[in-house]
Amino acid sequence: MTSNGYLLQTVDLRVSREEREILRGVNLVMHPNTVHAVLGLNGSGKSTLAYTLVGSAGYAPSRGQILFEGRDVVPLSISERGKMGITLAWQEPARFEGLTVERYLGLGMREPDPRRIEEALEAVALDRSYLKRYVDDSLSGGERKRIELAAVYAMRPKLAILDEPDSGIDTLSLNDIAQLIHRMATEGTSVLLISHRDEVVAIADVASLICEGVIVQTADPTSVCDRYSCCCRPCDHVAPVESEAEYERL
Amino acid sequence: MSDFEAIVEAYEASGGDPDLLRSPKVASLVVSGNEVLGANEIPGVTMTADQLADGVKARVVVAPGTQVELPVHLCFGVIPAEGVQRIVSSFDIGAGASVEFIAHCTFPNATRVQHIMEGVIHVGAGATMRYKETHFHGDAGGVEVLPKARVTVDAKGRYYSTFALSRGRAGKVDLDYEVDVEADGLAELDAKVLGYEDDDITVRETIRLNGERARGLAKSRIAVQGHAHSEVISTTEGNAPYARGHVDCVEIVRDQATASAVPIVRVTDDRAQVTHEAAIGTVDKKELETLMSRGLDEDQAVDVIVRGMLGE
Repeated sequence: MTSNGYLLQTVDLRVSREEREILRGVNLVMHPNTVHAVLGLNGSGKSTLAYTLVGSAGYAPSRGQILFEGRDVVPLSISERGKMGITLAWQEPARFEGLTVERYLGLGMREPDPRRIEEALEAVALDRSYLKRYVDDSLSGGERKRIELAAVYAMRPKLAILDEPDSGIDTLSLNDIAQLIHRMATEGTSVLLISHRDEVVAIADVASLICEGVIVQTADPTSVCDRYSCCCRPCDHVAPVESEAEYERL
Repeated sequence: MSDFEAIVEAYEASGGDPDLLRSPKVASLVVSGNEVLGANEIPGVTMTADQLADGVKARVVVAPGTQVELPVHLCFGVIPAEGVQRIVSSFDIGAGASVEFIAHCTFPNATRVQHIMEGVIHVGAGATMRYKETHFHGDAGGVEVLPKARVTVDAKGRYYSTFALSRGRAGKVDLDYEVDVEADGLAELDAKVLGYEDDDITVRETIRLNGERARGLAKSRIAVQGHAHSEVISTTEGNAPYARGHVDCVEIVRDQATASAVPIVRVTDDRAQVTHEAAIGTVDKKELETLMSRGLDEDQAVDVIVRGMLGE
């Protein structure tokens, strides 16, 4: 950990896509063992920030730093960042033909631990009957989403970036997600929670509002949500340029 | 070491349970080169095998109505580095019978081995046959695998075939299966092959849905890397009212490998429907990055994805 005590710090982070600057100097600090939300409309740069932090191909910063425990991880691959403890739960999780849930949950562990795998399933309100199922189209979107969260939980990363963790899951289980996120934080995983829904952001300890690729406010979730409600909806600042489809295209 | 022990040892090394080949409760046939080393029949399942100059001629008959509880094990192999093994086989599954075959083809030391399978299969009315053929090759790439099957599925019969070759070098593979399906029958063909270096893989699958409401699925999953090449030619015909067929081909290509897919769908009855999907390309970016973000190296992640796709 650095002397300033931050787990994650981005400094003037800039990312361009197809000659358009999407992140325009993001400055964000995150403390260990906290749940930090990034709130913004679709197209504000949230998912681009997530892909950039995790090191996805095509999202290399044109400028700026990403300091993780004081080390600039920009030159590191997604795999190296994963080994350091940075991972991402995608908004639309990947499908894996022929890969069982049990195997998938074990992949992020140094040594697959059956007890931990079952705990992870329980944490997303799924029972052990899912262990032998495949992480493919035979699962519903909501089930895949839960499995993705379970995989991140099972891994015990230092930083879990959750991109719209509630999308595709019925509202009844939003409470399950909140419990899971707090459980992660108490077990040593800091969570960067990315959402466009203020009710989700209420789960966080701290929130930042992102608009047009810039963090415009960092404060307690209530204050940030208030500003979001009054100033960002409706909003014509942003064009919907970032999407899962755009990520897939790269 | 006897030939039987040698083939059983190779079978065990490839993951098989040698006790199954010795169990009186399990029907089995063990062939090394052109020698029949063991044959065990059980009630309702008869097997005859005759030696040929370059292989074995085998006939398997399952009596009508027989429900075979444990899979029938067929063990074929060539232990020396060079040789030819031709298996001329016929399978006759009687009406209403149900049976599963697990065929292990083991060529651990091959530098120049040709393995030819010429099968004629008849699945009787209302019968079910599952045939799973798994290959275990050495790393020299010296195996030429030429499996050819002509299958007829009578009314309400079901035929499921899986061909898997993902352990060791594929070598040259030219798989050629043709199935004719009668009314309310079902055929599913599934081929899974992993190719390295200069392996050359051709998969030809043809399903003709000739009876009303007949159904068919021709599925292939191929992964090639190095300078390997793969070609999949899948043909499905809907020739009768309400026949339903589907072709599903995925090929993953890495390095300088090349792949092609030719899905052919043909309908001769306006009430039939046949669909196809084919995808060729590199490993899916999101799948790869998901696993890498969990700390796997790129090669490890690719291996997990490919082996998952190949059903390992």
